Parts: sequence; C-alpha cells; structure tokens
Amino acid sequence: MPVRGSREGADLDEQTLLAPGAPPPGSFEGNGRGSHLLGGQRAAAVSTVSTVVFIGAVIALFVFAPGAAAVRHTFFNPQQMKEAFLGDPSKGLYSVGKGLILNIEMFLIAEVLILFFALVIAVLRQLRNPVLFPFRMLAVLYTDVFRGVPLIIVIYGIGFGAPALYIRGISTQSDFVYGIAALVLSYSAYVAEVYRAGINSVHQSQVAAARSLGLSQWKSLRFVVLPQAVRTVIPPLLNDFISLQKDTALVSTLGAVIEANRAAQIDSSTLFVYSSYTVAALLFLCLTIPLARFTDRLIARDVSRRLAGSGTVR
Amino acid sequence: MSEPVVTSGFGGPQLGGPQLGGPQLGGPARAGQEAVRLENVHKSFGDLEVLRGINLSVAPHEVICLIGASGSGKSTLLRCVNLLEPVNRGRILLWGQDVTAPGVDENAVRRHIGIVFQSFNLFPHMTVLRNITLGPTRVLGVARDEAEEAGHALLVRFGLSEKQDDYPDRLSGGQQQRVAIVRALAMKPGIMLLDEVTSALDPELVSEVLGVIRELAAAGMTMLIATHEMGFARDIADRVCFLDEGVILEEGPPRQVFTAPVNGRTQQFLRRIVDAGRL
Repeated sequence: MPVRGSREGADLDEQTLLAPGAPPPGSFEGNGRGSHLLGGQRAAAVSTVSTVVFIGAVIALFVFAPGAAAVRHTFFNPQQMKEAFLGDPSKGLYSVGKGLILNIEMFLIAEVLILFFALVIAVLRQLRNPVLFPFRMLAVLYTDVFRGVPLIIVIYGIGFGAPALYIRGISTQSDFVYGIAALVLSYSAYVAEVYRAGINSVHQSQVAAARSLGLSQWKSLRFVVLPQAVRTVIPPLLNDFISLQKDTALVSTLGAVIEANRAAQIDSSTLFVYSSYTVAALLFLCLTIPLARFTDRLIARDVSRRLAGSGTVR
Repeated sequence: MSEPVVTSGFGGPQLGGPQLGGPQLGGPARAGQEAVRLENVHKSFGDLEVLRGINLSVAPHEVICLIGASGSGKSTLLRCVNLLEPVNRGRILLWGQDVTAPGVDENAVRRHIGIVFQSFNLFPHMTVLRNITLGPTRVLGVARDEAEEAGHALLVRFGLSEKQDDYPDRLSGGQQQRVAIVRALAMKPGIMLLDEVTSALDPELVSEVLGVIRELAAAGMTMLIATHEMGFARDIADRVCFLDEGVILEEGPPRQVFTAPVNGRTQQFLRRIVDAGRL
C-alpha cells in the first residue's frame, strides 16, 4: 500500500486541502493494522503514547470519579474477593472457584452433545432423499423454534416443566441435568446452522468430483463435504462455544445448581458487596480468553499446513 | 439402492488387471459393441435448451474430440454421459446398456466412467495419494494398502510420485490436472471424459497435460474429449464432432473436419480459430 500523503503530485487536491503537518489521510487507523502507514519508529512512538494515555484515562476514571471509592469497595474488595473465591462454610459463603468447576463440567458435557446433535440436524437438512422429508421438516422447525426462544426461557421450561410432567426417568432428574438439556437444545439449533453454512460453503464442483468417482450422496458428504465444511466452521464454532461457556451461568436460575454465578449470588447477599461477581467474571475470562487464543492458533495451523504442503509440517 | 441393476450385465473394465497398456483398457472389447451411444439426447436448464437432439456413438478405443464455441453444449454432453445431469429426453447406452432408464444405479455406472474437469476439483483436504485412493477404497472396497500401492504406481507412471504426500494447493495447475487424471484412472474406468482439461492452465503447463492424454490414447483408452485445443484435437482424435447450439453439426475424421468442413457454421468457427492464431 502506498503512503498516500507522500506520493508526489498525486491526490493534489487532497494535499492542498490539508493543513501543513496534518496527518496523512487514512492515519486514523494508525495504531492497528494500518500502522505501517506512518513508518516504523514514528508508529511505535504514537502507539505507545496512545496506549499510555488510554490506560491513564481508564485508571483516572476509577480513581477520580465521584463514586469511585464506593465502586472499589463494592466490586473490588480484595478481602471479600478472596473469601468468595475460596468460600467459607462457617460464614455461609460458597466457593465461586469450586462453582466454576461445575460450569466447566456442564460446558464439556453439553459441548460434546451439541456437536453431535447439531451435525445430525445439519445433515438431515442436507439429504435430498424423499423418504427423509418429515425429518427434514422437523429439523427446520426445530432450528426455527430454538434459535428464536431465549435460552433462559428454555431453561425455565425444562427445569420447571419436566419435573411437573411426572414421567418416570425424566421428571426425576437433577437441575444439573435439566440445565444441560436446555443448553443442548438451544445451542444445537445455532450450531446446526453453523454446520449448514459450512456445508453450503463447499463448492458444488467438489460434490460433482466425489459423485463422479461413484461415491454415493452420503459418502460424498462424509468424506468430501463434511471434512471441508467442519474445517471452515471451526472458528465460528469455537465462538459459539465461548458463548456457551458463559451461558452455563444461566443454569443458576434453577436454584439448586451451585455453579460459579449462583455461588457469587449467595456470597454477595451474605457479604453485602458485589465483589463475588467480580471473582466470577474474572474466572469466566480465565476460561474464555484461552479458548479464543486456541481458536486463533487452530486457524493459523490449518492455513499453514495446507500451504506448506507436506502433511508432516504443523 | 439396489446395486446389481447395472453392474452385473455391465461387464465394465476388468478390475485387477494391468493399469495401462493392457488390451482391456477402454472397456470390454466385445465385437461390434459400442462403448457409448447417445440417442436423441435433449437437456434443458429451465427455458434454456442446451442439448437439442444429440446422436453419437463411440467405439471401444476410439478417441472423439468435441469442438465448438463456449455454450455449444460440450460440457453438458459429458456431464450427461456421467449422469451428473439427468437428460430430459433420449437415451444414453454404455456397452449396450441403457443407463438413463429408471432404476439404474448411477453410482454403479459412474464407477466405470472417469471424468476430469476443467478446474481439477481435487479434494483440498486430502493429500495427493488420498485423493487417488478415495474412490478405490470407498467405492470399490479395495484394501487401503493395496489401493495406495496401485495409486503410487500410477503416480510413478506419470512422474508425480514425489508429490504424493503433498496437498493439492501446493501443486502447479498442470500437476493438479495430472493428479485429477490419475484419480480418475485409479478407478480403472472403461471410458474417460475430459472436459476442457487444459482451459484453466497457464499456456506453458498445457503440454504436460496433453502429453498424459496422448499417452492414454496410445494405450487404447476410449475417450470423449471436449477441447479448445484444435491442434491437439487434430493430432489425437479418431473423429471430431463440431457442436453448435446443442446439436452435432458436423463430424468426421479430423483431416476432413479441419481442412474441408462442409457446414457453413463449421467453416465460420474454424476461420475464427485460425484468425486467432490457434490452429
């Protein structure tokens, strides 16, 4: 990309319109991906100053705002953050840290089930066999409904509705199970659509090549289309799972599952400050940020492997 | 789906025989039996009638080149033979068997027909070798190591053995197209359909692909080739068919079609080719 402002003779009216010493057009994005527009050293200096000023402003907001002291006391109370994290049964405090393990458990179980069910639904919608027509309709209906209904209503519906049915084996499960069931129902609808987008992104010529070898529609899907589709959708898929990870906190609304958010709720009502929520928030970040970085690495690895050619290169 | 509808009477190319150069290449050479026969084939996409009554027969080991302007129906014709496009009217017979009849197992038919596309269509998520063994292992049920051995042998034959563990993105267009040809050959097809296989290639890469096709022709492969390479068609074809607006306007030995075309539109088409310096 040329340095627009410094090209001699080019963009004459742009040059004359600008006051001397004004930054060249396009420099608004200077600190990020466009930093090379400014040239190396100057860019580094500008980005350093900008970062210092920005962080300073944020700190100042916390220190000098009229209610800053109260906010620090309520949300960032070190003593009570520690108590909330570890828990203290003698004071009636639950451990937010231990609660988080429950969140992770729910997340892991739900994730596996979602990956499976969503794929089944996406594939059902793809197969053109007339015998499968009712299933295809059902799959469409399912995704429409569960993408449209808020997760929290699904959680209420199952958590409070299933026990009321008095069906043996279904109505006697724990809130932990109902919570997972609700997460799976809701997220499978989203993830199925992600899969479907991936399937549709594989070019028809790939299907033609597969079918021309004599592969059936199902085998073409399985060996040619799905592997490519899944690779394409890994980033959006992991994005959905980052969202799933934090939505496990919504299961707390059923009451009996003392996961991180529920523990924080109880602690805050005991300690009369909100620091326990800060602990829960930080713990969730500890989970979701690595997941986000992991996503980036997977993408980078897949790109480099394909371009590097040999399968042994990672 | 019922498997044996076509396979049993199909005869097809013999599996397990020598890969190239054997007499069975190009399908079972039954006396007087046509490899392919198209009878009054019509094909429309919506209101657009692309094929308007194609009649053509291909003898075993015959090489036929389809020439004609873009949109004349060459590609559609090949895709119909491979049943990638259902025909609207007419019949297609392979070794005497109607493959457009209802109830025919299209997967079984396609096993015996290799097709190579203009844009290669290799599977980008598989290595070169896996691209080649996918068909034999998943369709023909050949054991994986056996298929790999055969695939490797084919790659050696066409000078691609060093690339067998590479992914297609790493290969040049010419190499990719040669791999695509090998992928089709790995199924030991009785007939090969080549759909403008050099049109997407840089000029300097065209000859390596044409070389492979010449080799196939010399080995006796039955081929139906849609091409814009007139010089190549003149050299390799037993018969040339000129397609125009969905019908075969003129056909005959290359010498006759290229030097003394009878039909006015053929003359016009060839004149434009000559003027463009491509013949």
